[in-house]
Amino acid sequence: MFAYCTDPASLDGLAWLSCYLTTGKHMNFYWSFGTVLLLLAITAPTALLFGYAGASAARSTLAPLRWFGQIYMAIVRSVPDIVFFLFFVIALDQGIEYLRHVTLCPDWDQPVRQGNDFVVCTAAKMPLGNAPQWMHEIYGAGLAVLTFALVFGAFAANVLFGAMRAVPRAQLETAEAYGMTRRQVTRRVLVPQMWVYALPGLSNLWMVLIKATPLLFLLGVEDIVYWARELGGTKSPRFTDYPHGDWRVYYFGFLLLFYLAFTKVSEVVLSRLMARLTLGQATAGGEAQRKAA
Amino acid sequence: MKSLILAAGAFALSGTMAFAAAHAETVRLGTEGAYPPYNFLNDAGEVDGFERALGDELCARAELTCEWVTNDWDSIIPNLVSGNYDVIIAGMSITDERDEVIDFSDPYTQPDPSAFVAMAEGDLSSGVIAAQAGTIQASYVATEMPDATLLEFATPEETVAAMRNGEADAVIADKAFLEPVVAEGDVMFVGEDILIGGGIGLGIRESDGELKAKFDTAIQSMKDDGTLNALIVEWLPGSATF
Repeated sequence: MFAYCTDPASLDGLAWLSCYLTTGKHMNFYWSFGTVLLLLAITAPTALLFGYAGASAARSTLAPLRWFGQIYMAIVRSVPDIVFFLFFVIALDQGIEYLRHVTLCPDWDQPVRQGNDFVVCTAAKMPLGNAPQWMHEIYGAGLAVLTFALVFGAFAANVLFGAMRAVPRAQLETAEAYGMTRRQVTRRVLVPQMWVYALPGLSNLWMVLIKATPLLFLLGVEDIVYWARELGGTKSPRFTDYPHGDWRVYYFGFLLLFYLAFTKVSEVVLSRLMARLTLGQATAGGEAQRKAA
Repeated sequence: MKSLILAAGAFALSGTMAFAAAHAETVRLGTEGAYPPYNFLNDAGEVDGFERALGDELCARAELTCEWVTNDWDSIIPNLVSGNYDVIIAGMSITDERDEVIDFSDPYTQPDPSAFVAMAEGDLSSGVIAAQAGTIQASYVATEMPDATLLEFATPEETVAAMRNGEADAVIADKAFLEPVVAEGDVMFVGEDILIGGGIGLGIRESDGELKAKFDTAIQSMKDDGTLNALIVEWLPGSATF
């Protein structure tokens, strides 16, 4: 990166370090922080949406919809995450390609399953085999977000389902007594009041989600833990201009600080949000706020 | 010889459906990127090493446009058969077990000896041996060394680290991978080299006979004009040439 970096072996101290920390590989490492934050920023609201849909379905008066919501929560929460991340993604990818295959190549006469192989016509590949690498990465990241949202959505659905039931029945009855319809009760009374009960559970989920990013590499997204392990490993002088021993402890130490700072910030934000949501609620927290005021 | 018969058999089998699959112009090469000198990420974060040089040359000879992809070793075969890339080029030895799931091209290295590396001399037959999970070395320890304890890791780097910090008594891997480790001076080769595996080949889907034929031709032409030997001498000093 810097002009003096052409012969790193002759450098030492800060000059060496400044060259070392700006290699292309380190740039990938720094970028991966952005990738992870971006994926979290997309995944968290998506998961919340899945959760809200799941909880609403599970409370529905329509029996099939109710069963669907309950089955979604039960199945996803009981299947180990790693199974989901290894098999569900491949199955989802193959499902998409199969649908494209059926619609785009109706004349294809070969079986899609040939022994262990999954073979679809070239036009059905997702993304196309000749697409640039970044398309593959975006597609992979999209699958990752969907899988994360599906898994965490099930947990969020359970939390929201419980939170909806925790809103005092008297509140809903009062709304009904005013002549509100079921939809109005839900929108004006139930949903605004449920967050205070849901937030502790949701904040737990958020913390777990932050730390689940290494699972991303299973889905082909190179996350911060992957790069820390790759960069920290022993480098012998034959293969790099910057040979060093096993430095993983420094890289993982840095990650530790990053995760601590991130979760600390999250905690501060969440506790403010909690204080905001507690305002005027018929809970112990709300009562304490009322007395203090 | 055995691998020759296998390769010939697999070739005959795949020949029948050689023209079954249509191919995109671009071939995606999947590698691990953590097994120097075969494949690793260089300072610029790009795939580098023996297989990078080899793969680029093979693609040029087969007139294919190639794209490099890195993938975890654990899921490298499942991702090939489900079509996320078209070729595995990751120092993968040709074995009967793997050959049941995928096809291999002709080998582009001679069967490479595996070796043990330890901090000090000692009897390994009842020791703790570190190996990368899902490798021929790991199955060797599991089946041929009944008194030894096998310690498996996801990456080759971790096996060496486990031996250095005393968690394992020795590490077993391809000799070409351990050569630079030993060159650093604090560890040594222990015991005899062992010959397992049938050389390293490209892993290709069984249904992809046409692609396999293209790569076999390219490998053969590199063997014939000596460029493959030159690459082996450059990247894998000490390994046998063709």
